[in-house]
Amino acid sequence: MVSYTIRRILQMIPVLLGATFILFAAVFALGDPSAGRCGQRPCPPGYIAKFRAEYHLDQPLLVQYGYYLGKLFRGDLGTSFYGNPVAHELAIRYPTTIKLTVIAILCEVIIGVAAGVLAGIRKGRFLDNLVLISTLLVISIPVFVIGNLAQLVFGVKLEWFPPTAGQGSLYELLLPGFVLGALSVAYISRLTRNSVVENLRTDYVRTARAKGLSNARVISVHTLRNSLIPVVTFIGTDIGSLMGGAIVTERIFNVNGIGNFIFRSINQKDGQSVVGAVLILVVVYLVMNLIVDLLYGVLDPRISND
Amino acid sequence: MRGRSRAMAAAAGIIAVTLTAAACGGGGSSSSGNSGNTANEITVRGCTPQNPLVGGNTAEVCGGNMLDLITRKLVHYNVDTAAPELDLATAIDTKDNQHFDVKIQSGQKFSDGTPITAKSFVDAWNYTAYGPNGQQGSYFFEPIEGYAATQCTDDECKAKPKAETLSGLKVKSDTEFTITTSEKVSNLPVRLGYAAFSPQPEAFFSNPDSYKTKPISSGPYQASSINDTDYVFTKNPNYQGKWAGKTDKIDFRIYNDPSAAYTDVVANNLDVTDIIPPDQLVGDQWKSDLDGRNGTKPQGVIQAFGFSPIDSQLKNVNLRHAISMAVDRATIVKQIYNNTRTPADSFVSPVVQGYKAGACGQYCEYNPTEAKALYAKSPGYKGTLTFAYNQDGGHGPMATAVCNSIKNTLGIDCQPKSEPDFKTLRDQLNKRELKGIFRSGWQMDYPSIENFLAPIYAKGAASNDTAYDNPKFDAKLAQAAAAPTEEEANTLYQEAEQYLVQDMPAVPEWYDEAAYGWSNRVENVKTNAFGVIDYASITVKSS
Repeated sequence: MVSYTIRRILQMIPVLLGATFILFAAVFALGDPSAGRCGQRPCPPGYIAKFRAEYHLDQPLLVQYGYYLGKLFRGDLGTSFYGNPVAHELAIRYPTTIKLTVIAILCEVIIGVAAGVLAGIRKGRFLDNLVLISTLLVISIPVFVIGNLAQLVFGVKLEWFPPTAGQGSLYELLLPGFVLGALSVAYISRLTRNSVVENLRTDYVRTARAKGLSNARVISVHTLRNSLIPVVTFIGTDIGSLMGGAIVTERIFNVNGIGNFIFRSINQKDGQSVVGAVLILVVVYLVMNLIVDLLYGVLDPRISND
Repeated sequence: MRGRSRAMAAAAGIIAVTLTAAACGGGGSSSSGNSGNTANEITVRGCTPQNPLVGGNTAEVCGGNMLDLITRKLVHYNVDTAAPELDLATAIDTKDNQHFDVKIQSGQKFSDGTPITAKSFVDAWNYTAYGPNGQQGSYFFEPIEGYAATQCTDDECKAKPKAETLSGLKVKSDTEFTITTSEKVSNLPVRLGYAAFSPQPEAFFSNPDSYKTKPISSGPYQASSINDTDYVFTKNPNYQGKWAGKTDKIDFRIYNDPSAAYTDVVANNLDVTDIIPPDQLVGDQWKSDLDGRNGTKPQGVIQAFGFSPIDSQLKNVNLRHAISMAVDRATIVKQIYNNTRTPADSFVSPVVQGYKAGACGQYCEYNPTEAKALYAKSPGYKGTLTFAYNQDGGHGPMATAVCNSIKNTLGIDCQPKSEPDFKTLRDQLNKRELKGIFRSGWQMDYPSIENFLAPIYAKGAASNDTAYDNPKFDAKLAQAAAAPTEEEANTLYQEAEQYLVQDMPAVPEWYDEAAYGWSNRVENVKTNAFGVIDYASITVKSS
């Protein structure tokens, strides 16, 4: 287990190096960020010279990358075009994104698992079909439609929630969190349903029933625990993607999180900010994957990592 | 069995509600909506400035809107007429349009308590102009004597410029300084209302970086807190000018997407937005969403398309006139912009002094018959005529419509060519790599007819993307700059404009109008000639 973990962590290093380089090259390919910073006019030469020198934009790609790596090894994520350290920009936005992710995951787990279990128990009946059809609906609608619709209905018309979440309070984040989690709710409920249906047919469930255990105990202890293994895997990877994949939702609800920051930085061709933000996302994703793989072994001793 | 699973469902429901309630409770203290908020404070849409709020280093709207509140200039542009009125200056005198004597009010102070003197202006201008300081507003000082000596001689700015200060600026006393320009500039006083000409206190020069979090103000408001979600401005107690703010606090909430700000204004969760998203303009949706709380006003922006200087087929003047007359401006404005634009009849925006209605004459009017006749007289255009535009500005439908109009009238194969963003388009224009025609928008820096001619069409001017070069035009500009009165200058500028009509380096399309909306708790919302909301004059309804 320990050696497995260490091996996995060591494997992350080349992945991170490769990721930074690809990102760096991609942003570099976007072109000269100093063009277009001064409105319809070309910028004054003095401004361009200072700007380029500050961010090493006058150097070839590999040299720029070298500068960046050098800083990175010293724990410096670089400087945004506004002049603030990228690490600072990320630090003030991460709490909001984490809050949003937690709300989304809670929505997923509570609604998704409950709906899945109910559908599984009543396989083929009305409730099962209801869950099936409603999740199909959610999966097939793009998130920007759900987001804008929810904003219009619950934010503007019904006024249950604030339409946007610029300040980042938990109450404001409920609606975007729910929208963000909506797609995964659909997946989780389907995963749970199928696995519950399968497990209900297994021998140990029949034994449990034969022993005369109550139905609630059979389902909550014997069935659900085994049914949740695929769900835990899914949630693990979902945390990784939610932390960075919220660009659309964050934009619609004006959530001042990482997604919005990445979007703005790409628009400004602010290379160091983009690379810094995405780098952190890559790390989160890798770590979450590792945790999920380790959890596998814990949840199901048959899957060993040694 | 049934009963039991129903009980489970109920239990799951209860857990869900409890958790949700717990989540709500956690953030309960922060204020969200504005409903019921009667304090004399407003929230307005903001976007993150590219640079710290320094007057000489801001050329974009996000920072510019905020700078308006925290800078006080020598002249102030009238919100309704755009006419320059004396603000900090008590007099700007000149006998020859080349030597200007500026007297400023005494006893005025910055928000940090230090006095605003003639030196505050001269130092700030020298700082902004000096090449190695890398300030975006540097080019505003080009007319001032000694500008060239303060600029970097090479692209990388390795060698220090010859001079650190502009020789044309001299402090005479605490309240008086002189400006000498290298050529005659009759409209210099009109220019002085731009933020790049605002004064800076001494504290700025010792630590420009402090402006990231705490810019020092000379205007009606001062920054009270700057963070990633809000730029908050409160009244500047040291401001003694005529245009003091009506509200105590203005909070610029940062939005990356104007649609979100629009939604907030509709829901009265934000007080003012200065952008209406294009999809809301369709069918005047926004006017019903914001019934009784919306407005439009012409602003000093002209949209045009330029002829590529490297496309030899486009040199013929008959062809250029034919293309211009083939564009059905009125229909495009109606169908694409829902009449939030006005068809252009001149190279100059109607909001400025010196605009002459119909200056472009028949050549800016849609006339398919005449266009075909002129096209027949020209050598024609072979191959595909591309219309380059930047995709990020929502110009796609417009480019397609213009191309279709040209195609249907003249039979030229016109195709829109999208560049991913404004920077890419700008980059290609700078390098003179584009063929065909290209989109070109111009937002004025100061309300003068000159600003729509000289920076875009004078030989070698920074924004002369069409590489227009007509000595007669340049001579008229010089003559106008030396004219003794504003009227005479404007007449001469109008004569210069006629050369543009003859040669058609670019085709005027239409003028922009500012469209904006506000919440039900504020009133007196309007924009100035620049399309910027006059934030200081907004009031909160008393009820």
